[in-house]
Amino acid sequence: MKEGYRKVTICSNREIATDIYEMKVKGSGILGDPGQFYMLKGWLGLDPFLPRPISICDISDDKITFLYEIRGKGTGIMANLKALDKIEILGPLGNGFNLNSKGNIAIISGGIGIAPMIYTMKSIDTPIDFYCGFRDEVYYIDEIKKHANNIYITTEDGSVGHKGFITELFVPEKYDIVMTCGPIPMMKKVVQMCKDKVPVFISMESRMACGIGACLGCSIETTWGMKRVCKDGPVFSGEEVIFYD
Amino acid sequence: MIDTRVKIAQVEFKNPVIAASGTFGFGREYGEYFSLSKLGGISTKGLTLNKRGGNEGIRIYETTGGILNSIGLQNPGIDDFIQEELPFLEKQDTVLLANVGGSTIDEYIKSVEKLNETNVDGIELNISCPNVKKGGMAFGIKSEIAYKVVLEVRQVCKKPLIVKLSPNAEDIVHMAQCCERAGADGLSLVNTFSGMAIDIYSRKPVFNNILAGLSGPCIKPIALRMVYEVSKAVNIPVIGIGGIMDYKDAIEFIMAGAYAVQIGSGNFINPHICLDIIDGIERFMEDEGIKFIEEIRGVI
Ligand SMILES: Cc1cc2nc3c(=O)[nH]c(=O)nc-3n(C[C@H](O)[C@H](O)[C@H](O)COP(=O)(O)OP(=O)(O)OC[C@H]3O[C@@H](n4cnc5c(N)ncnc54)[C@H](O)[C@@H]3O)c2cc1C
Ligand SMILES: Cc1cc2nc3c(=O)[nH]c(=O)nc-3n(C[C@H](O)[C@H](O)[C@H](O)COP(=O)(O)O)c2cc1C
Ligand code: FES
Repeated sequence: MKEGYRKVTICSNREIATDIYEMKVKGSGILGDPGQFYMLKGWLGLDPFLPRPISICDISDDKITFLYEIRGKGTGIMANLKALDKIEILGPLGNGFNLNSKGNIAIISGGIGIAPMIYTMKSIDTPIDFYCGFRDEVYYIDEIKKHANNIYITTEDGSVGHKGFITELFVPEKYDIVMTCGPIPMMKKVVQMCKDKVPVFISMESRMACGIGACLGCSIETTWGMKRVCKDGPVFSGEEVIFYD
Repeated sequence: MIDTRVKIAQVEFKNPVIAASGTFGFGREYGEYFSLSKLGGISTKGLTLNKRGGNEGIRIYETTGGILNSIGLQNPGIDDFIQEELPFLEKQDTVLLANVGGSTIDEYIKSVEKLNETNVDGIELNISCPNVKKGGMAFGIKSEIAYKVVLEVRQVCKKPLIVKLSPNAEDIVHMAQCCERAGADGLSLVNTFSGMAIDIYSRKPVFNNILAGLSGPCIKPIALRMVYEVSKAVNIPVIGIGGIMDYKDAIEFIMAGAYAVQIGSGNFINPHICLDIIDGIERFMEDEGIKFIEEIRGVI
């Protein structure tokens, strides 16, 4: 039987860029594959009501790192938690990236979509080209530099790296496999660029309630019919996802 | 020794806690977290005669104390359910209610006929579905229309028939009485309340269908009032549903007259919530010296 929500202790929770937080928690036997996520509840009682899905950013020795952006109530409460506070987590959930990938690999992230790609990058043996796009402030760059073959950075305001969108730097022809996570329009663009050239895997986002596949709240349309982002994903092959305009 | 068994429409439930339709899938996912045989019962995801993909756009939206949902009855259809899901559910030692939806009376009837031939323990008829012949207004709004649906389904249904009421009914007590007269063996209430949300930046409704169903703790006081009023007005067992988050909520519904309760949205915030509620009810009965649930049922 799988374990339900369990309390873990926060080791650190710090703001690494404006409204971007890195939280490390400790608990015995913490597991997870790159691309998988946890449901998090950083509050007591029923407000907010639903737990929030957050990707595994990194895992080592009973410690798990979450990287999150303050978007609203839930992430706002999480940002106020301190070391030694408790948080409840359920997971690991969903299906992650296939790591047996060989050849030249590109990772493309947009904004906070960088979170699952850090652990993914670290788990792949072959050299990786990491393309990361940001709005203005950049984060986790040093961590990427330590592991990636090449790093390409864009900011929309041009404050760091190339000015513009990350897809402007990406050349699909150079790669045997592409993995991406970020805003839907960015991932849609990446899938279009890779079409008929290189297989691409995308980590989808959807509003969730149960997180375990029972409520069908997170369903998306695919070429295989309706699929649950939380259980059948969040990682899907780019060709199978049907994007709406 | 306490005895938590309850009997509804000749079906015995080992305890009064049932997982609510649409929040528990076909049990498989929660079955990874606990043995489903511990449950009093399971009501399946709403089934329709043919497969449905459900609604496009946002399907889940949190609101204070609950959620709005617009899943749109995504389900594999009755045949696929019987073939792919029922064999697993049959193996669980718990009462199985097949929750049936439809957009015409004919569709309800065909679905129930197929389920007659299976081992499901009972039918839970969801009359909150939009009625295509009546411009999409739910069957469960007007008592006369609901009466007609239940009467016709009753004629073909060989299983115990529980009718699930919508709180959006014009007059919930009259609705309940009409369903009883039409031959329902039991009633379950409530389904979700019609609600909505607006994205003020795009100046558009959050949901493609504009309206969505509200559930969770925010509906509990109204659901409890409806269960109380309906229990007093009918002679068939009532199953209470709406915002139940712990054993205290469950006991409140039982004291208001419910024979059993269903747990919906609560499953989303704790996959073990049904077990916690079953344990809580047992402890409460022990502490309060209650031997049978009947002792506290409808004491209000
Ligand atoms: C599989 C998965 C992995 C994710 N991983 C991360 C991560 O590593 N880091 C990170 O910062 N964010 C991640 N997100 C997005 C994150 O879950 C939302 O930003 C967060 O739930 C917002 O909650 P809130 O209370 O702050 O915002 P509110 O706007 O108050 O949230 C209200 C409701 O909407 C939902 N919601 C709001 N925005 C989103 C969104 N963009 N996607 C899904 N649900 C949303 C919330 O879960 C909640 O139910 C992930 C989402 C998914 C589906
Ligand atoms: C995501 C979701 C899906 C639902 N699907 C169905 C359904 O298919 N059929 C049905 O009769 N009720 C459905 N319901 C209603 C619930 O069974 C229940 O009546 C309602 O949510 C109120 O209970 P709660 O406050 O405990 O959630 C659904 C509710 C939710 C939240
Ligand atoms: S969140 Fe419930 S099925 Fe995915």
